[in-house]
Amino acid sequence: MNAIDIRGATKVFNPGKSNQVEALAEIDLAVEPGEFITLIGPSGCGKSTLLRLIASLISPSTGTVQVNAKPAEQARLDRDYGMAFQTAGLFDWRTVTKNIELPLELMGWSKGNRRRRAAEMLELVKLSDFSKHHPSELSGGMQQRVAIARALAFSPSLLLMDEPFGALDEMTREHMQDELLRIWKETGTTVVFVTHSIPEAVYLSTRVVVMSPRPGTIASTIGVGLGDRSAATRDDPAFFRKVTEVRTALRKVEE
Amino acid sequence: MNALKGFSAPIVAGVVLFGLWQGVLSLFNPDGFVLPAPSEIVGALIDNWDEVYQGARITGFVVVSGLIAGIILGIIAALLVTRFRTANETITPLAVAVNAIPIIALAPIFNNWFGLTSPRSNQAIVVALVFFPIFINTTRGLTQVDRSQIELMESYAASRSRITREVRIPNAMPFFFTALKLSTSLAVIAAIVAEYFGGRQDALGPMITQSAGLTRYDEAWAAVLAGTLIGAVLYFAVLVLERVAMPWNSLIRAQGDDQ
Repeated sequence: MNAIDIRGATKVFNPGKSNQVEALAEIDLAVEPGEFITLIGPSGCGKSTLLRLIASLISPSTGTVQVNAKPAEQARLDRDYGMAFQTAGLFDWRTVTKNIELPLELMGWSKGNRRRRAAEMLELVKLSDFSKHHPSELSGGMQQRVAIARALAFSPSLLLMDEPFGALDEMTREHMQDELLRIWKETGTTVVFVTHSIPEAVYLSTRVVVMSPRPGTIASTIGVGLGDRSAATRDDPAFFRKVTEVRTALRKVEE
Repeated sequence: MNALKGFSAPIVAGVVLFGLWQGVLSLFNPDGFVLPAPSEIVGALIDNWDEVYQGARITGFVVVSGLIAGIILGIIAALLVTRFRTANETITPLAVAVNAIPIIALAPIFNNWFGLTSPRSNQAIVVALVFFPIFINTTRGLTQVDRSQIELMESYAASRSRITREVRIPNAMPFFFTALKLSTSLAVIAAIVAEYFGGRQDALGPMITQSAGLTRYDEAWAAVLAGTLIGAVLYFAVLVLERVAMPWNSLIRAQGDDQ
């Protein structure tokens, strides 16, 4: 069973109107459980649109999107996935703990269970000391870690991330990438990750999906296969070869 | 101690201002009929305490009841236009059009509707004046929500009313309180000016016009002082309410001061 199965999905915004946009054309993509997929491409290539199709925040104009072998809409209603965005999207009026508890509240978890799970998640993202703080008291990187903890709190089998580290500085970003890989390995979650950074895509994923713009299509899929990542990976010639491979694919797309 | 720190500067400034006022008048204007000295105003307040207190109670009631009704109507309208598109398409243009009317100019007409000596007409003016800032600002707060916060709630399959409760309403709180602070002073102005044209004759508005007409300016100023106090007390109450309702907001502000 595939974690995600997309067949012939297209997306046209404002069909029939003067501002009609063909965002995605004929997307076919299958993701196996436990994979870490990144979607990369120039801006306007529809990578965020594709992510929202998987999340069923928007529906395809034609074609089908299946998550965990059921329609994406049903997967959303069953809360099969967690989501994180470029802006952390935390609620200022809730403490860090309460932010992580939000999805659990919506699922009707008991207070004790919520507290326990939030504490575990804070442990996982190494923010236990900040449980009672409000988001405005945290740095951008810490806020993003809380958002990831919130997305993972109910142990979804799928994690959808839309440029979650885009607004972070380089150092924090690399640190967050290592954190995310550690969490991915510990939880076995399937991840779909949107980025426009080539090294980030290569460092994180098992497969890089290169997209081309107007309308968005999948230009090529590049298997990475670098094994376990570490600080040394970033200096590894094999890493650079993959970066070059993705860059070449992206250049072709731009032409 | 920290709370006091914020107040000490305006208190010093106030004392200096009133000292100057008193000092300059005692030097140049011994008759005191253009502008009475603060001591004369306070004297008139004490001499006419019963009348001024009674007037302040009546005007204060008009202000507070009008404020509360205006707030409730404003919030209900804001929730309706946020929730229902048809409500938005009908209420919003209507509200904007009605808002263009100088409402205070309706005071004599409202007197005709509600009766010349009824405080209802004064209340109605306050309600109408308070309604618009509350309605417009609250609507803005309910709709100008971080897109990713809404998408997040949708990704959890949260219901619409849940999204309103968890995201829209907390998001609207700072907008609402900004409007409320504006409204308190507006409400006092509206009540007193409306009282110039009718309503109960022992309220602050008639007291000001009658005292000024009889050249008892110190008494007129005493009534103005009472109106000022009503506005100040209400404003302070709103500040306290804001702190209680949005503890996270003062945190954001404190954070901003540090940086």
